[in-house]
Amino acid sequence: MGRNPVTWLGSPTFPDAARRALGDTQLRGNLRKATTTIRGKRESVVAELDDWEELRRAGESIKDEVLADLDTQLERLEVAVTERGGVVHWARDADEANRIVLDLVQEEDTDEVVKVKSMATAEIGLNEALADGGVNAIETDLAEVIVQLGDDRPSHILVPAIHRNRAEIKEIFAQMPEPPASDDPRVLAEAARKYLRRKFLSAKVAISGANFGVADTGSIVVVESEGNGRMCLTLPETLITVMGVEKVLPRWQDLEVFLQLLPRSSTAERMNPYTSIWSGVTPGDGPQKFHLVLLDNGRTSTLADEVGRQALRCIRCSACLNVCPVYERTGGQAYGSVYPGPIGAILAPQLAGDLHDEQTASLPYASSLCGACYEVCPVRINIPEVLTHLRAEVVEAKGKRTPEAMAMSAAAWVFGDRKRYEAAQKAGSLTRFLARGGTLSSLPWPGSKWTDTRDAPVVPKESFRSWWRRNRG
Amino acid sequence: MQNGDGASGPPSTEDAGGRRTSGPRVALFPTCLTDTAFPETAKAMVRLLERLGCDVDFPLDQTCCGQMHFNTGYAEHARPMARAYAEVFDGYDHVVVPSGSCAGMVREIHPDLCGTSPAARRTYELSEFLVDVLGVVDVGAHFPHRVTYHPTCHSLRMLGVGDKPLSLLRAVSGLELIPLPQAEQCCGFGGTFALKNAETSTAMLADKMRCVQDTGAQVVTAGDNSCLMQIGGGLSRLRTGVRPVHLAEILASTEEEPWVATP
Amino acid sequence: MGSARDEILGRIRAVDRPAPPPVPRDYERARHADDPVELLAERISDYRATVYRAAVRELPYRIAERLDGRGRIAVPPDVPGEWRVPGVAWLPDDPPLGVSDMEEVDGVLSGCALAIAETGTIVLDAGPAQGRRVLTLVPDYHLCVVRADQIVVSVPEAIERLDPSGPLTFISGPSATSDIELDRVEGVHGPRTLEVLLVG
Ligand code: SF4
Repeated sequence: MGRNPVTWLGSPTFPDAARRALGDTQLRGNLRKATTTIRGKRESVVAELDDWEELRRAGESIKDEVLADLDTQLERLEVAVTERGGVVHWARDADEANRIVLDLVQEEDTDEVVKVKSMATAEIGLNEALADGGVNAIETDLAEVIVQLGDDRPSHILVPAIHRNRAEIKEIFAQMPEPPASDDPRVLAEAARKYLRRKFLSAKVAISGANFGVADTGSIVVVESEGNGRMCLTLPETLITVMGVEKVLPRWQDLEVFLQLLPRSSTAERMNPYTSIWSGVTPGDGPQKFHLVLLDNGRTSTLADEVGRQALRCIRCSACLNVCPVYERTGGQAYGSVYPGPIGAILAPQLAGDLHDEQTASLPYASSLCGACYEVCPVRINIPEVLTHLRAEVVEAKGKRTPEAMAMSAAAWVFGDRKRYEAAQKAGSLTRFLARGGTLSSLPWPGSKWTDTRDAPVVPKESFRSWWRRNRG
Repeated sequence: MQNGDGASGPPSTEDAGGRRTSGPRVALFPTCLTDTAFPETAKAMVRLLERLGCDVDFPLDQTCCGQMHFNTGYAEHARPMARAYAEVFDGYDHVVVPSGSCAGMVREIHPDLCGTSPAARRTYELSEFLVDVLGVVDVGAHFPHRVTYHPTCHSLRMLGVGDKPLSLLRAVSGLELIPLPQAEQCCGFGGTFALKNAETSTAMLADKMRCVQDTGAQVVTAGDNSCLMQIGGGLSRLRTGVRPVHLAEILASTEEEPWVATP
Repeated sequence: MGSARDEILGRIRAVDRPAPPPVPRDYERARHADDPVELLAERISDYRATVYRAAVRELPYRIAERLDGRGRIAVPPDVPGEWRVPGVAWLPDDPPLGVSDMEEVDGVLSGCALAIAETGTIVLDAGPAQGRRVLTLVPDYHLCVVRADQIVVSVPEAIERLDPSGPLTFISGPSATSDIELDRVEGVHGPRTLEVLLVG
């Protein structure tokens, strides 16, 4: 089994990547503008539904039901899809999934496929694998086109090019046969339309992800905006859908919950422009060959973690990214994974499954634990809880001999006994001799990490407990 | 002395000196940070709670709730601290904490570490204690300054204190309360996050400071000295003249015994 | 090494998983609206689609009005006869039109399976008067007829009524994208103009 491509090989650790990103004022401006807009909109469409909290609880528990019963649900889905003329494949990891897809494409005797934006295929690095096999995969979602043509990496789950503003997009689109005349978003969208039209009409094979797969009806659901999804799902003769195993829902009825939760949480709309639902193959309508690739790639090992498994409830709405103060400032690429932001910080390390890797191990620390993500998550993933849980796993992986582990042990030893604690307090108050003019503005490392940008409190001579003892003891 | 979860409301028997004596028996958990670095906040808690009729105690065996350890990935070190907390604070009617994040640690996380305890159940963040347990909003405070309030993340999202601190502040005479723009944005402290991701933390702080300065307030207050240490440390570095003052100190301040700035 | 299928299912079964919790369905399974037709009209307009109201008997007249001067209009073969008003160059999808034919047409007329008032959504299920999916996708203009009795208020009511065995398309306004600065712009790949005729 190869390295899991869910985190990008060679990425710097989060603090290093963040430092670089923070220096990019254009990026910060773009992100601030985009996230501020969407936050306000999300709040108002969510406020329209009196039963939002009930829907969240239902969403949470349907997903928990799936996880508790995943083997059965997958088998039911397989039966339903097969009965309706689809073919189901299973892939243990990225390599296996990529090989299955490449074989299927080559069977159709084509070297070009159109793609609907899909996190699962981005996670496994499908485009690169197809390119290695001589197949050109054309992304058709506007933001993916921006990323692909810009030779860039995604920085957001829903809008992978969120880090780009209209002027930059115009520059990137200059390489199109018919480049846009201005940076008006309408003109940019028109340019993408023209660029992709021929591709849609001529492609023999399309590749998609899936937002949901319904076990009892075999229905696959793709939620989108632009119509590129509909094009891919209807025009080509062959459709290959790659779906994470956790995307299965038990019952058709469950869609009534998720089709309310998802659009309002992701694009902050009452409903996204287009949702396509199909089941197997429909004679005379749409692709006549349908393949469903069920992907594990670290999901079953995530399932095995009692606390961490809630990350598998995720419906990839990206609400947690949009409200995250860390994400807003560093952007998504700093996380070194197709899954950035709060969900990335808990999902990427679990899927990757290697906390000995410095970069992966830095992700659970990429949060101030402010809890804004948990508050908006439509399936109530307690992201701060999983973050601290994973931090504990990182600490365990690193062992007891790191400077931090030793400092933490020492601190715990001090806090373990009143006398030791009081002695340390007295020693701490000696730092006041470092202070000038009532402020403490320069401490030795690691305190310098604090005093580089902020003054530290001058620890007073008398602690509260000494005062209490003197006055009340 | 009363016992049990149900104890609430300040009884008003006063002794000759005007000090109420038989109110609920309240233990103070100022937190290790406040005990060590911000003793004025803890003293203000004592004044305030006694003024409201509580019988205040400070059990000397207390140290730390274990939050820093737990949040950094050292849950095993936090566990004995959680156990010690349950023992030290056992037997009081209530435990009051001038910190949303430490109160949250005790109430939400301690049970996971060492099971539920009466002490953890009876632990309240200061504004919750005043409004929900004592049932007071006007605590008789006087604080003639322009103030803006930063709702700390854990008080807001973990404990759900809502606008209790704001109601308390609105009832303070002489106080001009100025709303803080983007108030619910994190200040960037986050415990060891401030060191491990110092640059990101600083970027968050910069935005918070800009919002604070935009209000034109003289004082920024919050229910947590850790966040105030971050915001205040940044404001001090920039020599803005805006002072961080813990909510407890504002609520303790009266015309007779006004708040005085410590150097 | 066993098959991927057996191995994945095996990994799942090896996990100690708690019994599935009961799903609380105390959210609103149906919602009330004083005037669902009006609500639908308002919500569709929010997406910058244009909504026209018509009394049942004036429908053919309204269709003619909308399509006047639009040129060649594709249509599913089974739309009610009275919809195919004179004066329009109709292109019925029988025998099936080629993709290039559909590229050339100036628009498409269809009915729908139902509409969801609260979200401003029209659902097509390839049933009567709707045709194949591609027919309402490739042309740049889509005129959709919605009868008052096809309107439900909320998403759960729609899911309950829909038959999942055929392909379904939920349409909420014209094609749009939020990919540029997270702001919605209409008009990408799907029909850039969506007009809705609400009947009754
Ligand atoms: S974790 Fe929750 S909020 Fe974040 S993308 Fe997933 S479902 Fe959305």
